[in-house]
Amino acid sequence: MANQLPVKVVAVEERVWSGEAEMLVARTTEGEIGVLPGHSPLLGLLKEPSQVRVKLAGGEQLTYDVSGGFLSIDADGVTVLAESATPATPESH
Amino acid sequence: MAGQVQALRRRIRTVKSTKKIAKAQELVATSRIAKAQERVTASKPYAEAITQVLTALASNATIDNPLLVPRERVRRAGILLITSDRGLAGAYNANAIRTAEQLISRLKADGKETVLYVVGRKGVGYYRFRNRPIEASWTGFSERPSFSDAKTIGDALLEAFVAGADDTDETYGPDGIRGVDELHIVSTQFQSLMTQSAEAHFLAPMQVEEREVEPGLRPAYEFEPDADELLDALLPKYLNTRIYAALLSSAASESASRRRAMKSASDNADDLLKRYTREMNSARQAAITQEISEIVGGVEALSSAGSDM
Repeated sequence: MANQLPVKVVAVEERVWSGEAEMLVARTTEGEIGVLPGHSPLLGLLKEPSQVRVKLAGGEQLTYDVSGGFLSIDADGVTVLAESATPATPESH
Repeated sequence: MAGQVQALRRRIRTVKSTKKIAKAQELVATSRIAKAQERVTASKPYAEAITQVLTALASNATIDNPLLVPRERVRRAGILLITSDRGLAGAYNANAIRTAEQLISRLKADGKETVLYVVGRKGVGYYRFRNRPIEASWTGFSERPSFSDAKTIGDALLEAFVAGADDTDETYGPDGIRGVDELHIVSTQFQSLMTQSAEAHFLAPMQVEEREVEPGLRPAYEFEPDADELLDALLPKYLNTRIYAALLSSAASESASRRRAMKSASDNADDLLKRYTREMNSARQAAITQEISEIVGGVEALSSAGSDM
């Protein structure tokens, strides 16, 4: 439990979600990326359109449909910045 | 006399209904301010994060993006003016338009041609009435701007800005479109409920500030795709964010301005009501007094005539 990844999902008009997660999976223009705690700093442009999956402790998973987004990883955690981010329905993936 | 009382009564009724309208507008504006401020706060995390990301990028990428390099010769300057759709907002629109006019005359003095982009019906009306050309205008969302509105505006401005890159003195360049070489924005900054100020700012090209960072503090970022490509993708988004922030702040200012104007209107209506009521009462009293003295005079005339006989 000690190794948790602080995640922020921020859309232009509001902060969508923030909290601790086990892992974050996103797809950049180069390919899919999984982010675990302690990842080296990275800036990435997300594929258009794409989904971001946040895996929480306890096996739960949050999925967001993201458009116009990018990803920033630094020492403080992961920030997903998007023009719009909406929770995806569980059936859609 | 009775006619005067009637006229005053009618005026009181008019003032009363005007007051009701002003009061309602004031209340609506008050709740809109709170909502607008909430939206300003909600948009902060994104704005902060994108600024941080751009700072990291700018120190790693080569700065040759057209949005960052000032043009050698600036022929045309684009101005985005943000006004409201509805009136009754005090000096809000007048201030924004005046600031824009000052900017225009300053740019003209520098030998630049100006191109107007206007948000809000009031600004459009002002320039239409004076037969001055508007390059493009957007209306219908001044009180509740959404990010997609900002994006529409940003895309149009960016297109003009990019199209301006190849313009020469004589021709419009290979693309045949006449663009602009720099972009300004005139919007109203919401400072507090009492103070809002219309301000002009540079929108593009953006200025890169060189800042000394202590070595070792800057994280060594990896980039996906490479830094230059990322910068190309992020700068337009940043431009849109700037426009969105300006729209939100202007919307809050508009409501604050309207609230203040409507408050003084309903206060003024109160004063008028008091004055008219007093005038009406004294007119009515005067009419009664006159009637009595006429009756008394009549009676006296009759009785003195009777005693004479």
